[in-house]
Amino acid sequence: MTFAVLQRSGSPGKTHHSDLTMEKIRSAWLFLLPMIITLAAVAGWPLIRTIWLGFTNANLTDLTVTEFIGFENYLSFYEGEAYGLLVDPDWWNAVWNTVWFTLVSVSLETVFGMGVALILHANFKGRGIVRTAVLIPWAIPTIVSAQMWGWMLHDQFGVVNEILLTLGIINNPIAWTADPDIAMWAVIMVDVWKTTPFMALLILAGLQMLPEDIYEAAHVDGIHPVKVFFNVTLPLIKPALLVAVIFRALDALRIFDLIYVLTSSSTSTMSMSVYARQQLVDFQEMGYGSAATTLLFLIIAALTVITITAGKLKLGEEA
Amino acid sequence: MAELILKNVVKDFGKTRVIHGVDLHIHDQELVVFVGPSGCGKSTLLRLIAGLEDISDGELFIDGELVNSRSPKQRGIAMVFQSYALYPHMTVYQNMAFGLELSKFSKAEIKNKVLEAARILELSELLDRLPKQLSGGQRQRVAIGRAIVRDPRVFLFDEPLSNLDAALRVQMRIEFAKLHREMNATMIYVTHDQVEAMTLASRIVVLSAGRVEQVGSPLELYHHPRNLFVAEFIGSPKMNILPAEVVNITDQSIEVSLEEGTWLKATVDSDSLTVGDRVSFGVRPEHMWISEIGDLKGTVEVIEQLGENHYLHVRLADNRLITVQGHGDATLKHGERCCIAIPPECAHIFNGDGLALQRLQTGADEQPIIVERVVEMEPA
Repeated sequence: MTFAVLQRSGSPGKTHHSDLTMEKIRSAWLFLLPMIITLAAVAGWPLIRTIWLGFTNANLTDLTVTEFIGFENYLSFYEGEAYGLLVDPDWWNAVWNTVWFTLVSVSLETVFGMGVALILHANFKGRGIVRTAVLIPWAIPTIVSAQMWGWMLHDQFGVVNEILLTLGIINNPIAWTADPDIAMWAVIMVDVWKTTPFMALLILAGLQMLPEDIYEAAHVDGIHPVKVFFNVTLPLIKPALLVAVIFRALDALRIFDLIYVLTSSSTSTMSMSVYARQQLVDFQEMGYGSAATTLLFLIIAALTVITITAGKLKLGEEA
Repeated sequence: MAELILKNVVKDFGKTRVIHGVDLHIHDQELVVFVGPSGCGKSTLLRLIAGLEDISDGELFIDGELVNSRSPKQRGIAMVFQSYALYPHMTVYQNMAFGLELSKFSKAEIKNKVLEAARILELSELLDRLPKQLSGGQRQRVAIGRAIVRDPRVFLFDEPLSNLDAALRVQMRIEFAKLHREMNATMIYVTHDQVEAMTLASRIVVLSAGRVEQVGSPLELYHHPRNLFVAEFIGSPKMNILPAEVVNITDQSIEVSLEEGTWLKATVDSDSLTVGDRVSFGVRPEHMWISEIGDLKGTVEVIEQLGENHYLHVRLADNRLITVQGHGDATLKHGERCCIAIPPECAHIFNGDGLALQRLQTGADEQPIIVERVVEMEPA
């Protein structure tokens, strides 16, 4: 069916369709329509609206006086001084925070996820239960787990400090989420705790796709398991790993809830999303905040395109 | 290279026993084929020898050395898998060299070994290709090459040809025979295809439900099957088996009565029989002829024309269906009555326990009779 359609559309110049093909195309559109309308309403419209607001001076105190101001939210000059998002040190701090957070947390999650996946891939008694148990952090809503960790990491009453003090590992309580030097690491730790199961699950799916016979062949040939892992397993699950890393990286670049609940709007941990929220809600700067959101969107889009292209090139080499 | 001895080897999976005490002696440089229907345990037995599964009980010796608890590498075996088990991301060269890289060989030695194996297997042009760029037969050759470079004491082949198409299978079968001759190695070959078993084996081990039914050369198994299972398993189309009763015993032969009434002679050792015993009368389709002097009568129900041969499926009076093989084109038509001659020296008799009675005339004796009968038939 698809083949016939492809062949037809592939024929040069002429786009003559038979009645049957037209009928198929019509029903295809009919089935797609509800999805297209829904997507346009919940994703398309807000996106366009946000981009538009980014070019205005909209303020939540009075939206009726909104005016188009072009690129002024991004960059403008008054008497030789540059203003706007692109020269805002707070914005670039947020960008740097987000990128750092993404790099560190995704790397740690990949390594730990791989470990967990390898363990779950092995055949042992009670694997089903362990597999379910491992998933629990991922199943808890982020707000809930962030709040939970917030309490556990509380500098005065938190269980983490209590344990470390009792064990004698630290002498004074640590302000996990308030100390600017430690807060980002606390956020990263909680994110790794929460998201490693997701990584593990995606990698496990990749592992289970691998043919078992090549491992038997390697076993018969007496190849060391570590060598088999680096020379056989890793190259073969690379595509699955790449998808998992892209998914996670995109998620991490948008990080908001975890940071907001744990550290509120603290500069040391502020991500791009937290920055945008602060502008939009706390400062009521609808236009400026929208510009930040638009930039966030562009940065993520650019990174995605780069990653996928790089991934495709790599995959292409192997094909 | 190596001699293998299995002593009462047993394998249990949980509470299920899948290999029931196998005793086997595989000589140096022999090509032994394990054959049997699916689920008979032939692959499991191979995996026990390979060391991929633990032997539950019994002993396995390679070159007089007990290897039960040795790893596959220490046993000095190499295995070729049904699915080839090539590393999909490595080239042909890398696939063959990978197993050698950690061993004592230098890069140059590895290269020599791989190039030599590639030459034997005619893979020299394909060394830079990935497995997915190869045909099924080429992949199979790479898998064999991977075994050859390791220079093992014993080669194990697990249904190596069953993923190939029929024409390629015939070609690869010949190459296996050639390879065995050139390598002078001990080889164990598992298949469910009895043609592969017959053409390749020095000796065949017929397995059924985890037990060895018979061990012998291909023609031994064909002419002297030890029991009903082997008789029916070896030979294609399979042997016709008809229930019968002993009615007459002489010095050199016995006479049996089939259920539909015909009396037939068989030249078998009759010492253990008495008149009235229930037996099974067996005869291969290629050992029966349509002939006016035939005693067994029936109606042709289905004719299969194969060109060089034809198979007649004939319905007997007691409603049993038997298969008769003839040369060339079939002259009979569907629904025609026919008489079937069965020379007494071609008959097999199995006692009530399914065990064969010693045949007194077989093999070479049968040839002249076939010629005679064919000549006899032609004027008719």
